Amino acid sequence: MLSVSDHSITKKLTRMNMLVSGAALCIACVAFVAYDLVSFRQAMVYNLSIQAQMAGANSVSPLLFNDPQAAENTLSALKAAPSVISAGIYTLDGRPFATYWRDRNGQDQTLPKVPASQTEAHWFKDGQLVLVRTIVFEGKPTGTVYIRSDLREMTHRLKRYAGIAAIVLAASLIAALLIASIFQRAVAEPIVHLAEIARIVSREKNYGMRATPTGKRDEPDILIGAFNEMLGQIQERDGALQQAHDELEQRVEERTAQLATANKELEAFSYSVSHDLRAPLRSIDGFSLALLEDYADRLDEEGKVHLQRIRAATQRMGMLIDDLLNLSRMTRAEIRKETVNLSSLARSVAEGLQEAQLERRIDFRIEDRLEANADPRLVRVVLENLLGNACKFTSKRSSACIEFGKARQNGNSAYFVRDNGAGFDPAYANRLFGAFQRLHGATEFPGTGIGLATVQRIIHRHGGQIWAEGAVEKGATFYFNL
Amino acid sequence: MDKAILLVEDNPDDEALTLRALKKNNIRNEVVIAHDGAEALDYLFGTGQYIGRNTDVLPQVVLLDLKLPKVEGLEVLRRVRADKRTKLLPVVILTSSNEEQDRIDGYGLGANSYVRKPVDFTQFMEAARQLGLYWLILNEPPPSRRS
Repeated sequence: MLSVSDHSITKKLTRMNMLVSGAALCIACVAFVAYDLVSFRQAMVYNLSIQAQMAGANSVSPLLFNDPQAAENTLSALKAAPSVISAGIYTLDGRPFATYWRDRNGQDQTLPKVPASQTEAHWFKDGQLVLVRTIVFEGKPTGTVYIRSDLREMTHRLKRYAGIAAIVLAASLIAALLIASIFQRAVAEPIVHLAEIARIVSREKNYGMRATPTGKRDEPDILIGAFNEMLGQIQERDGALQQAHDELEQRVEERTAQLATANKELEAFSYSVSHDLRAPLRSIDGFSLALLEDYADRLDEEGKVHLQRIRAATQRMGMLIDDLLNLSRMTRAEIRKETVNLSSLARSVAEGLQEAQLERRIDFRIEDRLEANADPRLVRVVLENLLGNACKFTSKRSSACIEFGKARQNGNSAYFVRDNGAGFDPAYANRLFGAFQRLHGATEFPGTGIGLATVQRIIHRHGGQIWAEGAVEKGATFYFNL
Repeated sequence: MDKAILLVEDNPDDEALTLRALKKNNIRNEVVIAHDGAEALDYLFGTGQYIGRNTDVLPQVVLLDLKLPKVEGLEVLRRVRADKRTKLLPVVILTSSNEEQDRIDGYGLGANSYVRKPVDFTQFMEAARQLGLYWLILNEPPPSRRS
């Protein structure tokens, strides 16, 4: 992670200040020096041309009287100007007439030829200024004067300028540093403070923190105000959320408690039904049998039939109670899902069914490798009911065929149990899964009408669906998914 | 002499039917009836109305209903198993309930068998016959405390 201090706004501001003031000063210095250089050069040319004119004017008579010695004497006055390296007078036809050398021991002691076209000119060359002027007497050219000067003075001046510029630059940078430290207080400090608060808030999730406003109504102050406001909103929202959460939790707790109470009551009810409701039935059945056994000689045939009917009814009621209890148990049972091998489960159920009806030959066709994520005990109840029903409703077929497999139905895959039994009227298909709903008379096929209701409840508790297809005497297919 | 059977049953009808079933199956053992859990414990531990009873003489088997007045069947079983005099006593739960929890609790507390009383008396008689055959004839009881 980058440390904040490396990129801190304070440093950036300081650097910016220094750069701006440094750049401004540099540009100003360059402009000044350039301007000064140009004007200095102009002044040099002007001064040199005055000296040239004076030398020329004083050389008119030596030229007229052909007196080079006098001309050289005149030129030697240039000693007063230390920058003049050499000077010379040329006759009208371009012959050197008189010369002046600042340093007599210089190597090249001959004057250069002055081109005829450049008799009224000056030029800078090799760090030297050369100036040529025509000597005019009474309106007529009499000769040419030539002066060569070095730029020593200008170099000095430049060096001085550079020194001054450096000192000024250093002084202004120090000043900029001081100003920046003052600005820092005004601009950077609130932002640094804001950044610090934001960091603490995001790290500690403490939305109760607030940044201190500067009170100066400037942008950082607005920023701090907006930041504080946002923190306030977050805090408010957090509070509302927490409250909603608490309320929800409380409501869930209440509902859970209500549900637990209801469940407990239901359990107590079931327990009581399981124990108490069956006891009188046992008495009715038991004493009916006692009557049949002990008082057979005093009962006529009709009396015996009545007692038989009483016994059959009590046994049927016993079955109903058992099935109802089973249904309620399936509703209450906790679902523990795991991978269930449906094929082997179906096979074991089928074996049990076949063993119970050895006199029948049932052709079970069970698809291999069917698996589901479900509660194995409850799925067993489903298969027991569906396969058991299939057995029951094929009991009048000479060759019963019961299939269990997986198929695609309406784009979804579903398990199915198919038989070639009595089937049902599709018009009543929606009544198949209701408790105590039967589509066949008890004499035709026995049953309590609770089995499919139990199956549906188990399937629903697994989040699945169950539906059936069939036709009278054309068999039935029950589809389900888990 | 054959040892007694302790039948813990509060319902007089069930009591009569059980006795009838035992009799019909030629089980001649004496049947001691306790009408609630407390009475059953009194009999086994020689307290209350059975004070002074020789508690060394234990029944051959206890047929125990679960839903009982005063002391519940499971509590009776718990106390029987907690007492060193009776902890090996064969106890068969004979009840109407088919609740899974009852079976888990019953076996958990050390019941030797769990038999559900069927509504159909013919089946009840068959159950009584098999119970008698197993617990009174086939099963070797645990050695008595004294030996």
